Amino acid sequence: MSSCREIGLALALLTAGAVQAQATAYPGVGRTATQSEVAAWDIDVRPDFKGLPSGAGSVAKGMEVWESKCASCHGIFGESNEYFSPIVGGTTQADLATGRVARLNDAAYPGRTTLMKLSTVSTLWDYINRAMPWTAPKSLSTEEVYAVTAFILNLGGVVPDDFTLSDRNIAEVQRRLPNRNGVTTAHALWPGAAFGRRKPDVLAAACMQDCAAEPRLASFLPDFARDAHGNLAEQNRSVGAQRGADTRKPADAGVRVAAAATPVQAPPQAAAPKAAVADAGAAAAIALTQKHQCVACHSIDARIVGPAFRDVARKYAGRADAAAYLAGKIKSGGSGLWGGIPMPAQALGDADAKLIAQWLAEGAKK
Amino acid sequence: MNTPGRLTRAPENFLDAAQIAEVQAGRRGFLRAAFAAAAGVAAAAPWNAAAQQGAGDPAILELPEHSKGLGQPVAARPYGMPSQYEKNLQRRESPGLTRVGASSVSFAPLQGLFGIITPNGLHFERHHQGWWDVDPSGHRLMINGSDDKIVKRPLVFTMDELMRLPSVSRFHFIECGANTGMEWGNVAVPTCQYSHGMLSCSEFTGVPLKILLDMAGVDYRRGRFVLGEGADGSSMTRTVPMELVESGEVIVAYGQNGEMLRPENGYPLRLVVPGVQGVSWVKYLRRIEVGDKPYGSKDETIHYVELMPGGLHRQYASLQECKSVITTPSGGQVLLDQGFYNISGLAWSGRGKVRRVDVSVDGGRNWRTARLESPVLSKCLTRFNLDWVWDGKPTLVQSRAIDETGYVQPTYKQLRAVRGTRSIYHNNAIQTWLVQESGEVKNVQLS
Repeated sequence: MSSCREIGLALALLTAGAVQAQATAYPGVGRTATQSEVAAWDIDVRPDFKGLPSGAGSVAKGMEVWESKCASCHGIFGESNEYFSPIVGGTTQADLATGRVARLNDAAYPGRTTLMKLSTVSTLWDYINRAMPWTAPKSLSTEEVYAVTAFILNLGGVVPDDFTLSDRNIAEVQRRLPNRNGVTTAHALWPGAAFGRRKPDVLAAACMQDCAAEPRLASFLPDFARDAHGNLAEQNRSVGAQRGADTRKPADAGVRVAAAATPVQAPPQAAAPKAAVADAGAAAAIALTQKHQCVACHSIDARIVGPAFRDVARKYAGRADAAAYLAGKIKSGGSGLWGGIPMPAQALGDADAKLIAQWLAEGAKK
Repeated sequence: MNTPGRLTRAPENFLDAAQIAEVQAGRRGFLRAAFAAAAGVAAAAPWNAAAQQGAGDPAILELPEHSKGLGQPVAARPYGMPSQYEKNLQRRESPGLTRVGASSVSFAPLQGLFGIITPNGLHFERHHQGWWDVDPSGHRLMINGSDDKIVKRPLVFTMDELMRLPSVSRFHFIECGANTGMEWGNVAVPTCQYSHGMLSCSEFTGVPLKILLDMAGVDYRRGRFVLGEGADGSSMTRTVPMELVESGEVIVAYGQNGEMLRPENGYPLRLVVPGVQGVSWVKYLRRIEVGDKPYGSKDETIHYVELMPGGLHRQYASLQECKSVITTPSGGQVLLDQGFYNISGLAWSGRGKVRRVDVSVDGGRNWRTARLESPVLSKCLTRFNLDWVWDGKPTLVQSRAIDETGYVQPTYKQLRAVRGTRSIYHNNAIQTWLVQESGEVKNVQLS
């Protein structure tokens, strides 16, 4: 029968030209990537060092890069806990021999540093290469990435002061990592077969009656933390089965009566018009600081990489031309006034710069 | 030094000796002592009793402005916004949890959401290096292999091209692996927004990744690992098992609840990996690499590894196990009076459908099976409800979900017995809320 022959022919075509057939299943959609395009984006480095570009960088060079581009967030010795979890600390020379970080068993040790967790050195290289420095990722040269990796490993005592890390010796460094033997894939949470199929580790039963013993309270928030997440009355719907608890008041001060007395809060439109206008100006300026990424380095109340907006406001509070001066500084950038980290010139429009500067000059109100 | 507003973790043993003795005597004695002060309040009149006096309720008797005037025209707000009375429900940060806003979390207000879908503007956020509003006309997706043989033909797609391909729309939850992570050791946060709010659920629209991999000619025998990579500064990378792609579940998504993805959620393209923790749902997706080995990326080696008793970290732990939480009544809320309430909550499982949810109002001694509202979908939030009459007495409310594989959501005791308290990730323990006599609901953990 001809239909049989057709099926046979179709099968033969499918087998022989499977790739071709698949590539043309959606004609006009997608194109072959060029080698340069793949090279530009395929930057991942695997634990077996597939993807690692050839090159080298010394601990000494790494220290230079670190102090100019990394230390402001991570601390001179990678120990800072101010913005991110510390990178260095918690590992010992004994760990280098075992490949297991002993302090991971010490519940009293505060936090876990990058080096305590790091099991593959490729990860550290890849992390720095793709995502660091935090505000200018992918800006480091290959030599700088090797150098910063070497410097961090040197801070952790993994490589000596005069070491130069390269694609030729990185496998040896891997064999010295303090936590290289510290990971396991023996769990049931990988939804594939590659690490072996396992049953869930925590097994519970669905008892329905007279199950547990009399329940006892083991933990709850202490009263002093009652307001730590703000007033919960303002975080719940003002209509419905429940209200939010007014956490500005102590816990046992007749919460139910208080909630009943104010069933629905008055809409906010009743606010004084003048205050509303001022708030709108501040809101617009704050929005601009977010739009132009100022907030990557500055916050309103606290120093990040650069000074707090409030500190800038205070410094220039007495200056009559503060708004014009600050608008100029935003555009030109500067260094030395607030510490060693320079602020780059900002490419934003005059109108936006003036609005932000005006807001700063008026005290950087929220 | 304590900064104002920064959360100080509750110490494990902050009860004094006398209180501990009472706790050890059992729930009743302790609670009676703790809430005696609020007992008088329980006898107060219903809150709306005043409105029923005299001729009747002024809300009925005196016609309001909106009954007597002309309302707003159409398209007064071309992109509609919630009522002005709904401002309290916002995504919020947990004070002190992180120190820089571009590497932080905002939590979805689960305590006020209905059904299973998270409104796009309230979807939880997690950014590692800030969010971007990426121009879709310049966005590309590349498919390549870890070597030339694994992928025969590396491909590039524009957004226009991806949106021409056959699309699917599927409902799935997304939960951060660290959801409820602050509660491993003890109670640390007051409400379910902060305890469970790194959880959202949407209808995602996009192209099954399998279609794109077939077009590129993937060697599925060798290529058992798939890497997703983002186009943003952090260029997030995570390894995903090929099994999930082969099942057709993994989607390269551009749609979310009927509109395009929001910038905070990866506009214009993100990976959707149903059942797997949110960090694998790479945002601003620019590249898929197929490989013969896992990638050991920063977010599966330095972050998102789980410390177990004995000092080993679990790596590549990705799946979100069965879990549930009662969202109403929940921590930080106040019940206005005794009487009828609808206990309502969410249940989900990364292994499939939720089969059953049980609710206890006595701290886990006795359980009743809740109603599951439709739809009940695989790897999707499921809404459950249960009738309840509150008698005004202190009540410990819990929910326990069971998924279609028979897995039962564990208690804290069961979970900690295996995994300790320092894992940070994958805390799926049964949540307990204490409804106090005052009506105020408190986040508690039981021994």
